[in-house]
Amino acid sequence: MSEMKKAMKKSGNIGQLMIPLIAFGLLIVFNLIRDPSFFSIETKLNNTGNTVLAGNLISIINGASELAVLAIGMTLVTAACGGQDISVGAAAAIAGSVFVKIVRGAADVNGLTVILAFLACCVVAMIFGSFNGMLVSVFRIQPMIATLILYTCGRSIAYWINGGATPTISSPITSAIGSFIPGVPIPTPVIIVAVMVILFNLLFRFTTLRLYTQAVGINQSAARLNGINTTMIKLLSFILLGVCVSVAGCIGVCRLQLINHETLLLDIEMDTILAVAIGGNNLGGGKFRISGSILGAYVIQMLTTTLYAMKVSSTDVKAYKAIVIILLVVIGSPVVKRWFTKKMGNLRGAGLRRAGAKEGV
Amino acid sequence: MTVKNASLPQKRREPLTDTQLLMTITICIFFAMYALAMLLLGGGFLRPQQIFDLLNDNAALIIVACGLTVVMIGGGIDISVGGVTSLVVMSCVLYLNNDGNMFVAMLLALGIGLAFGVVHGLLVSYLEIQPFIVTLAGMFFARGMTTILSVNPQKLAHEGLNALRAVKIEIPWLGYIAKNGNLIPGRIELGVLVALLCVVVVFLILKYTRLGRNFYALGGNQQSALMLGINVKRTRFMTFVISGLLSGIAGFVFMMHTGAGNATNAAGAEMNAIASSIIGGTLLTGGVGNIIGTFFGTLTLTTIKKIVVTSGLKDPWWQSITTGAMLLFFIVLQSVVLSNREKHNAKKKDSSAVKKG
Repeated sequence: MSEMKKAMKKSGNIGQLMIPLIAFGLLIVFNLIRDPSFFSIETKLNNTGNTVLAGNLISIINGASELAVLAIGMTLVTAACGGQDISVGAAAAIAGSVFVKIVRGAADVNGLTVILAFLACCVVAMIFGSFNGMLVSVFRIQPMIATLILYTCGRSIAYWINGGATPTISSPITSAIGSFIPGVPIPTPVIIVAVMVILFNLLFRFTTLRLYTQAVGINQSAARLNGINTTMIKLLSFILLGVCVSVAGCIGVCRLQLINHETLLLDIEMDTILAVAIGGNNLGGGKFRISGSILGAYVIQMLTTTLYAMKVSSTDVKAYKAIVIILLVVIGSPVVKRWFTKKMGNLRGAGLRRAGAKEGV
Repeated sequence: MTVKNASLPQKRREPLTDTQLLMTITICIFFAMYALAMLLLGGGFLRPQQIFDLLNDNAALIIVACGLTVVMIGGGIDISVGGVTSLVVMSCVLYLNNDGNMFVAMLLALGIGLAFGVVHGLLVSYLEIQPFIVTLAGMFFARGMTTILSVNPQKLAHEGLNALRAVKIEIPWLGYIAKNGNLIPGRIELGVLVALLCVVVVFLILKYTRLGRNFYALGGNQQSALMLGINVKRTRFMTFVISGLLSGIAGFVFMMHTGAGNATNAAGAEMNAIASSIIGGTLLTGGVGNIIGTFFGTLTLTTIKKIVVTSGLKDPWWQSITTGAMLLFFIVLQSVVLSNREKHNAKKKDSSAVKKG
């Protein structure tokens, strides 16, 4: 009996990851048919003389780094508040501007200045996160509406920080963060994502954050009556998203070695929410799986890269992306799921009946 | 005796509903703001043409915001409206430039809007997919299709429609005397009439038809609406259809105003429309909202931008920072007003319960 329960639990867990996994499968099969060399990975020397890995797969994993980091925080906010933060792109532009300002202001750029700059932009992003969080938790405003404020004026604040210019930074350390550390063949953003994932996993393992967040998301009044400080949990989710935003902003800045407040991580909020939804998380809050969101982020990036490989222009990609998204969400919709389970149940029922008949004979 | 008489009419007066309260605040603030601008800035704000210009420039936004308000009252959200508008503009311009017929172009605009509305409605209400994701995909699709149709800006070169665009309603007695002594009459574009018509029609639908009242019931509490025998799925479907249709009309009006198709047309219109609805007192949670409020919300939003520009803050970032600050003000104000009412109501209930007890 207990084994059966375990098995059921297991299948339930996989159920949530079904959509991103199906999407991955479809994309892999499609690419294999289209052009098997899509998956080839090779080593080559980059212009600083490093041996590095190159290939479409590497560029997918590398390119989705910002999205994956943001998806972690967005999942938490979604789970706790039942709404999404649409200001992450604007907040990342602010965080990136602060980072660039401090790096440029330093006399010589060494490891310490970069760490200080990161900490400063982390603090700024957390302040903006707690601003959003205050509106949501204390004033009880819908997250999407509350973050609309920062979405409207965030990029203007970023513009103001650097006085309207698009300053560049040039330092071996920042370029190492954006591309490759000498001697390491894996892109640094990928390593940063791995570190973030491990940190959040540790956070969930050793604190009650996961349980409390889910409790607040499922039923806020019940959580409050059980002694959970719901305001604090919601605020905390936004502050943690702020940390993710600052990491994503720094990766984005270091990748290009400049800050353009208008285009840095443009429209990433939509992709992030999409990643959370494709990962099987309910956008209405409650239970969540970080792994689903991260998989969702990689699905989106793989889709984009596949379309680019098919010579679709960057402006037209959106239309094809929309079709795939609709297909995915239709497969994952409650109605189709119910219909599918019913059909499966019928099949299983018929099988059992047949087996029963045999035994009877 | 006199005390009783004095208290009677007060008792009978029904308290304002949340919708009306939020709308009243918006309208008051709009007029106060405009009066202040007239006093302090003078100049253009003293001329009626300023209001006409606001309407001329934002007719499409008003229509789009109406559609969005309907969806938001029903408890959903539609962020595809800007994309659909730009797709309609681009396809109509391309069609008309290929010797198209004006009326067919109108039908094309309505058809595209309707198609988006129907697909969104089907996916959201009958397949139970989250509206945000569905309309996000709709926005991606519409924006992508716009650039597939043409990446380069297209100028409208259709004689009939250009003639129609030039038609403006002139009101001499609301004009002003220009520096050279000529009287310049107040000018209103045809698109504004369409926008006002849309506002009136949607207002009537929401206020006096069964469908409109069902929208409020659905947004207020879906479970109760279902138990009252409302066809919840069809009602939700209809909110998206109305929003799509209005986006199509907005696209045509937008084309009448600008006379060109461009991939960046109506960029950010969805967020502006959401902001307008919120300023007008619509709650994203559903069940609360009013078209008249949305109309004034749009005007408030665009007036503040105009005030920022006229008062000499020419840097582009001032506009969005003031818009953000204003949004913050309205949102916090609404939240405080509503929670105060809640507390007040709870107290009233308590005291009445005590009295009865």
